[in-house]
Amino acid sequence: MSGALLKVEKLFCERDERVLFDDLSFEIRSGEIVQVEGANGSGKTTLLRILSGLSRNYEGEIYWRGEPLAAVREQFHRELLYFGHQPGVKALLTAEENLHWYCALHPALDPARIAQALQQVGLEGFEDVACHMLSAGQQRRVSLARLYLNDAPLWILDEPFTAIDKGGVAAQEALIARHVAAGGSVVLTTHQDLQGVEALRRINLDQQSGT
Amino acid sequence: MADLSTNPATVRPDPSLGGLFVAALKRELLLSLRRKSELVNPLIFFLMVVTLFPLGVSPEPGFLAQLAPGVLWVAALLATLLSMDSLFRSDFDDGSLEQLLLSPQPLFVVVLAKVLAHWMLTGLVLTLVAPLIAVMLFLPAEGMPGLMLSLLLGTPTLSLVGAIGAALTVGLRKGGVLIALLVLPLYIPVLIFGTGAVQAAVTGLPLGGYLALLGALLALGATLAPLAIGAALRISVSG
Repeated sequence: MSGALLKVEKLFCERDERVLFDDLSFEIRSGEIVQVEGANGSGKTTLLRILSGLSRNYEGEIYWRGEPLAAVREQFHRELLYFGHQPGVKALLTAEENLHWYCALHPALDPARIAQALQQVGLEGFEDVACHMLSAGQQRRVSLARLYLNDAPLWILDEPFTAIDKGGVAAQEALIARHVAAGGSVVLTTHQDLQGVEALRRINLDQQSGT
Repeated sequence: MADLSTNPATVRPDPSLGGLFVAALKRELLLSLRRKSELVNPLIFFLMVVTLFPLGVSPEPGFLAQLAPGVLWVAALLATLLSMDSLFRSDFDDGSLEQLLLSPQPLFVVVLAKVLAHWMLTGLVLTLVAPLIAVMLFLPAEGMPGLMLSLLLGTPTLSLVGAIGAALTVGLRKGGVLIALLVLPLYIPVLIFGTGAVQAAVTGLPLGGYLALLGALLALGATLAPLAIGAALRISVSG
């Protein structure tokens, strides 16, 4: 196993008869950040959806802690935090209600930390406001509060900094650096250069795309 | 962590499946109550069909009494079908569905809670209103227990089966018509036994057989449909 959390072998994916990536192999070890790069439409989100187990339109093998992903799906989901393109926040519920539901879906999480997590993403005082009353950036922050709740070993973050202000981005970068320092690993896509993180690896999808 | 799990006095919610079921049910009901316009849609549809029917056919009481079981059941069935499309739509659009599928908790529990919430706000409401509307169609008083009981047993099956169609079509932009095509054939047995029960009640025949068949359909639906809905949701999100 040699510490590889997630191992991808010969991944192939095509979409609308266009090859997004072919023969893509890499490993993610604990304490590592992998930044997936590529132009718009190069398949970054598709790759993250495949890694998280949401999408099954691929060929190749994915291993979680040395076991095939399909065999250890429940265990994998327990140790995964996925931050998707859509924030997964219900507009009709308040920030607090949204996070309580997230805790119900992940029984290992402690709902007592919700207030603290909301405070850390700068939403103190907005706990009881329905999310459709919040700005786009604030709605993203509700979803980002999950990062403060969940110490899962693997974080898969799809454009986590979209619509977040400068101060927020710096706080998220510090959080990601802390998570990695504590032995967690992160796969993310972003068009920004990450500040203050070591052990950063890049996977560029532009070289992967074929016809 | 160890002392948290052994100490029942902590505010930690119940991590068991029952706790998840209750949390999901509460969330769905809360969401529906905050979206009131969608809440009354099936009821208004039901009312409209039943009030327009006598105007279109004949207001003659004897004739209407004869048609009443069928009209009431068809209206209830279509009202349920119309409300099906929105069951997973908003969860799909805002990414909640992705988060649900990535939960380590079993999917069928949440799905069953969602369907139960849907039924409580459509089928159950229709069942409670049905006697009132049946009076408008001159359904004899003897038919009322049959009508109520058959709707009570039949409409949950409609919600369960409809949810399979909703889950299969949630990834498509225009799923509404497709749901009807997928689901209507499966609704027909419920419709036949449901109207049969009402007609039997009106003529004074025993209801037991019809209700037993509706109950059997419900038992089959409640055990198998959540698994089918879960699998359909995974396919829809994967696409």
